[in-house]
Amino acid sequence: MARIAGVEIPPNKKIRIGLTSIYGIGYSLTKEIISKTGVNPDTQGKNLTEDEVNKLRRIIENDYKIEGELRRQVSSDVSRLIHIGCYRGIRHKKGLPVRGQRTRSNARSRKGPRRTLGKKKKGTK
Amino acid sequence: MGRSKKKGFYVEPSLLKKIEKMKKGKKESIKTWSRRSMITPDFVGYTFAVHNGKDFRNVYITEDMVGHRLGEFSPTRKFGRHGAHTKRTITVK
Repeated sequence: MARIAGVEIPPNKKIRIGLTSIYGIGYSLTKEIISKTGVNPDTQGKNLTEDEVNKLRRIIENDYKIEGELRRQVSSDVSRLIHIGCYRGIRHKKGLPVRGQRTRSNARSRKGPRRTLGKKKKGTK
Repeated sequence: MGRSKKKGFYVEPSLLKKIEKMKKGKKESIKTWSRRSMITPDFVGYTFAVHNGKDFRNVYITEDMVGHRLGEFSPTRKFGRHGAHTKRTITVK
């Protein structure tokens, strides 16, 4: 059905929530966009009129950096950090937290599943 | 929170002096302890030897690095390695 910025079709959610399924649009931007278009934030995706969808689409696609473009920008920012070899770049490269979080415990979102390492076997010496 | 714009970049005054000197003379690495100094466009093309608490790491400044601080390019920690490294496991590798 309604398709905004590529593949986004949230029919059974109020658009106040539905719009957040677009990469790069969260609650705050949704609020902003809705107030710009004057659409009722509680309308469900399937009940939007053609007109409303077009309004939303125009504003979203022209005024915001979303989806592919945003993803490209993020990854180019990261690769710049890696390329210049600064601390943040090193952390990205190693897959460790970048913003000074502890790594003694936790940090699992960055480090991925636990890998137990180097347990000394009996009899090897 | 960021630094107030009206103050501008922070660069150690003594470091600026060193750069001035270097501009007239030969190009070699500038030894510095001032990890907190922001890299300004003037730095591009110079090599800095940035102290990391133990020794000096050479950092060649490129345009991309402007806006970062010198210390970001001179890591202060050294990762050892995990696990038991017996003679045998090492030779197997």
